[in-house]
Amino acid sequence: MTQPEPATPSTLPLIDIRGLRKRYGDNEVLKGIDLQIHRREVVCIIGKSGSGKSTLLRCINCLEVFQEGALTVHGQPLQPDNAQAMRELRQNVGMIFQSFNLFPHLSAGRNVMLAPTLVKSLPQAEARRRAEQLLERVGLGTKFDSLPEQLSGGQQQRVAIARALAMDPEVLLCDEVTSALDPELVGEVLQVVESLAEQGMTLVMVTHEMNFARKVSDRIIFMHQGKVHEEGPPEALFSQPATPELRQFLSAMA
Amino acid sequence: MVEFSLWDIARHLLLALRWTAGLSLIAFVGGGAVGLALLVARTARWPGAQRGVALYVQLFQGTPLLMQLFLTYFGLAMLGMETTPLTAASLCLTLYASAYLTEIWRGCVESIPRGQWEASASLAMSFGEQLRHVILPQAARMAIAPTVGFLVQVIKGTALASVIGFVEVTKAGQMIANATYQPFLVYSCVGLMYFVLCFPLSWWSRRIERSLRPKR
Repeated sequence: MTQPEPATPSTLPLIDIRGLRKRYGDNEVLKGIDLQIHRREVVCIIGKSGSGKSTLLRCINCLEVFQEGALTVHGQPLQPDNAQAMRELRQNVGMIFQSFNLFPHLSAGRNVMLAPTLVKSLPQAEARRRAEQLLERVGLGTKFDSLPEQLSGGQQQRVAIARALAMDPEVLLCDEVTSALDPELVGEVLQVVESLAEQGMTLVMVTHEMNFARKVSDRIIFMHQGKVHEEGPPEALFSQPATPELRQFLSAMA
Repeated sequence: MVEFSLWDIARHLLLALRWTAGLSLIAFVGGGAVGLALLVARTARWPGAQRGVALYVQLFQGTPLLMQLFLTYFGLAMLGMETTPLTAASLCLTLYASAYLTEIWRGCVESIPRGQWEASASLAMSFGEQLRHVILPQAARMAIAPTVGFLVQVIKGTALASVIGFVEVTKAGQMIANATYQPFLVYSCVGLMYFVLCFPLSWWSRRIERSLRPKR
């Protein structure tokens, strides 16, 4: 491979996906994805379940490995077999899950403190101070000592956001972060995510919250049958869908 | 004929009980250490580890401990190694306990939801850090009851070491019963001693199970 032309940081995409294919046995779930995501961009991926959106997201931080294509973060290709490279990648790429996945044996504060003390060797006192700040930032300043089981779903998801932020990632992957929540709790989580977007965090979100996607994203990706079927700025995409598949999807969501 | 007082019986049994306790301790510590190592090898998916450990477990679960003791004792001798009943019994019980413990613990580790692995991985933790700080603390709570249950089995299982000439409390009881013609009394004492050894273990397990409730 030839060395790519040196690019200035502003033009080099933070995440660069080219020709990505992913198979489970004979079942090809991603059929050649090309996608570039730039710094400070907020991208929402929409599509029917089974269209490959979550799988694509999980490929970005190597929770899934893919068979063909190239995926670079920061210009660095993914190296699933290189533990050190993975450790660096994952410090840059945070993830929030549908089912929160807080560590149930640790308090909210310790959930946030754990990875920085281990991975970044942050001293306890410093990590604690940071965790307090981060919990404050997601509106849970008083919940430092609460166990996950004592928190509502919305509060747990906000702790999970604080925990991901504690690693100072450059990009946050959000995998249907409100799908497991009761309707009245969705708002508090989306509010936190929106504030992150406003503060310039790069976000890649898989979501079913169309109104939210329309409001916060710079770009919408519509996935259909393992491919990027249509993409564009939210206004254009939602008001004038170009393909019948997107039209159908949007009318089903409404 | 020599008269045996109750104290004589108890004293001899207590001396032999040291060996039962010692053998049990060796099996716990040795079996625990080997079992943990096998668990890590298997969980880390080292090449061949999953199959190898599964085979190892099947081997020890599928044959009687009595047979394993015979094979270890006479096998070591056949290999030309100087062997005493103590070394053979220690080795055999360690292997036996490790096979059961690693299997019990594997079940506990596998019952931790995949999301815990994924969340800790996406926070850039290494395999060792995931295991040490996220997976094992949760698995440990679940493991306590079945682990202690098995350890109690091991204490009672040490009685089998008598077949390779090891005088622990059951063997001593047998010998004393033959000399005193008071088998009921003697075996009652033996039973009581096993109970005294096993009961605190069960009690202690309930205590740590409580103390391992999540920390604030």
